[in-house]
Amino acid sequence: MTSEFREKLEEALFPPFVALLVALICGDLLIMSYGQSPSSVYRLLIEGTWGNAYGFGQVLYKTTTLAFTGLAVSLGIRAGLFNVGAESQLAAGGFLAALVGLALSPAIPGFVAIPLCMIAAAAGGAVVGAIPGYLRVRFGAHEVIVTIMLNFVVLALLNWFIANHLHVPETLHTPEIRAGVVPRLSQYIPAFHGSAANLTIILALIVAALVWFGLFRTRRGYELRAVGLQPDAAEYGGVNVGGIWFRALTTSGAIAGLGGINYVLGYKHYYEDGFAGGSGFLGIAVALVGRNHPVGVILAALFFATLSQGGLAIHAFVPKQMVEVLQGVVILAVAMSVPEVRQALRLARKPAKA
Amino acid sequence: MNPFSFLTQMLRIAVPYLFAAGGGVIAERSGIISLGLEGFMLTGAFTATLGAHYSGSPWIGVLTGILGGLLFGLIHAIATIRYRADQVVVGIALNLLAVGTTRFFLKLAFASSSNSPRINGFAVNSAAYGFDNPLLWMGLLTAPVLAFLLYRTRYGLRVRAVGEHPEAAESVGIKVARVRYVAVALSGILAGLGGVYLALDQHQFTDQMTAGRGFIAVAAVIFGRWDPVRAALACLLFAAAETLQIQLQGNHVVASQFIEMIPYLLTIIALAGVVGRAVPPAALGKMER
Repeated sequence: MTSEFREKLEEALFPPFVALLVALICGDLLIMSYGQSPSSVYRLLIEGTWGNAYGFGQVLYKTTTLAFTGLAVSLGIRAGLFNVGAESQLAAGGFLAALVGLALSPAIPGFVAIPLCMIAAAAGGAVVGAIPGYLRVRFGAHEVIVTIMLNFVVLALLNWFIANHLHVPETLHTPEIRAGVVPRLSQYIPAFHGSAANLTIILALIVAALVWFGLFRTRRGYELRAVGLQPDAAEYGGVNVGGIWFRALTTSGAIAGLGGINYVLGYKHYYEDGFAGGSGFLGIAVALVGRNHPVGVILAALFFATLSQGGLAIHAFVPKQMVEVLQGVVILAVAMSVPEVRQALRLARKPAKA
Repeated sequence: MNPFSFLTQMLRIAVPYLFAAGGGVIAERSGIISLGLEGFMLTGAFTATLGAHYSGSPWIGVLTGILGGLLFGLIHAIATIRYRADQVVVGIALNLLAVGTTRFFLKLAFASSSNSPRINGFAVNSAAYGFDNPLLWMGLLTAPVLAFLLYRTRYGLRVRAVGEHPEAAESVGIKVARVRYVAVALSGILAGLGGVYLALDQHQFTDQMTAGRGFIAVAAVIFGRWDPVRAALACLLFAAAETLQIQLQGNHVVASQFIEMIPYLLTIIALAGVVGRAVPPAALGKMER
């Protein structure tokens, strides 16, 4: 068990390490192309994120959304399905949570209103996730393409709702929500004052724990992983592969949808068109770097959130777009090194096992 | 509504789709999933703008645009073929990377976060309705040329063999990796040309100017069932819907958002097989070993 655990850890840690090195080199080049010194820009990046409470609060806020989308994508991958739809599932979740929050009377206490909004958010994401799940199981339609196409359809639909029915004039957001608002962390830790970090991060950690328990400690989770590794073998072993696929994508959508709470009820207290802003796509990167393990996903979310907040910290010296380049480089480098590392480690272990 | 102006506007909207979808068809027929078209286009548009800006000549822009698309196509090819990286992930990563790099270098080259200065496009005579733009003709010719390449040449036969059954192709001496490298590089060039057309047509580069056109091309590839001519017809269909939306603007017959959905909804329906099932090349996305 321990040696197997160590092997798995090695396999999981090598690619992000390689990616970090490659990203640092690319970062150096980009910074120098701007005539700045890499070491001072990196120092600025760290100081602006982990060096003060406000910056760290912003990192935690961004981590929260990415944790949800990362967990959503990773759950799909564990079942052998690629959910590229986290972007629209996140948006749909935030939208439904906003609708419920707007409909409820502000007099309703938070411990009733917040769970209702959470159910709405999960339901919104679940519906968007269930469609590709159904089409995959019933017609064999590839979930990658369906989720990509559905992103555009759902986002256009939400845009139509907001632009035509629900917006405050001159804006693309709803009126302010008064029921179901999630408290900011600064209410408990004053140092976080001004940052968007809120209690939704606790929900993210709970969901991560539930995903871990579900995947590794329940029969359903075992079946789901079996389907992900070898659908034909699982089917032969008596697993209802279609049922697992449908439930996996629906749950994946629900998790991404829950992430909408973070912005809508934790930060702005309204739904705004386009609030997802790429967090769904970055969830793919988070799942990839976190190797589809809930602990890895949380750490990867923290890493990508740090990068994105760090971009703002260095913007005075190097354009913040640098971190977008680095994010792309990290994803590419991890994707390229995963099969290599697996093969190299396998070769290295062979003589020991023989 | 004037049918002639409808037709010309539709063709001009269709050109970037025709280029990019052509690129998607050739890459996917060789067995490599092509979700990075959006990024190839954006890079092509940006490098074309750089070339045209510093040389003053649109033809240099075409050349640098091709090189930009080719560079991203080669990264896609190396990552997926040499390193066997997940093809979906690589495509999405390249899209993010293209947005980031074009923004970064836009800032570096032109000190702007939104757009480049005006560049020279092809001299367009308003009496010619855009038909004197050589890129328009290249776009329209992409599909027939690709159809010839795929169905009438040795290389095309190899692409199809490699995309359907790579082991069988390898056993008769076809270099699978080489065929795929060329196909994916071609997809970068073609999608890059789609971006070149956009930049030269609008006489500048603007941040994220491709605005999802690469994904419309992906939709066209699938809706056209991985056939160059049918994919081109899908491009024309999607462009026609868009033209209709533009020409009906202000009439409030249908909200623009619902017209925007058409390509994506049609593609989902095609994949679900309600009207003639879309079946991908057998080896699409599957890497040996």
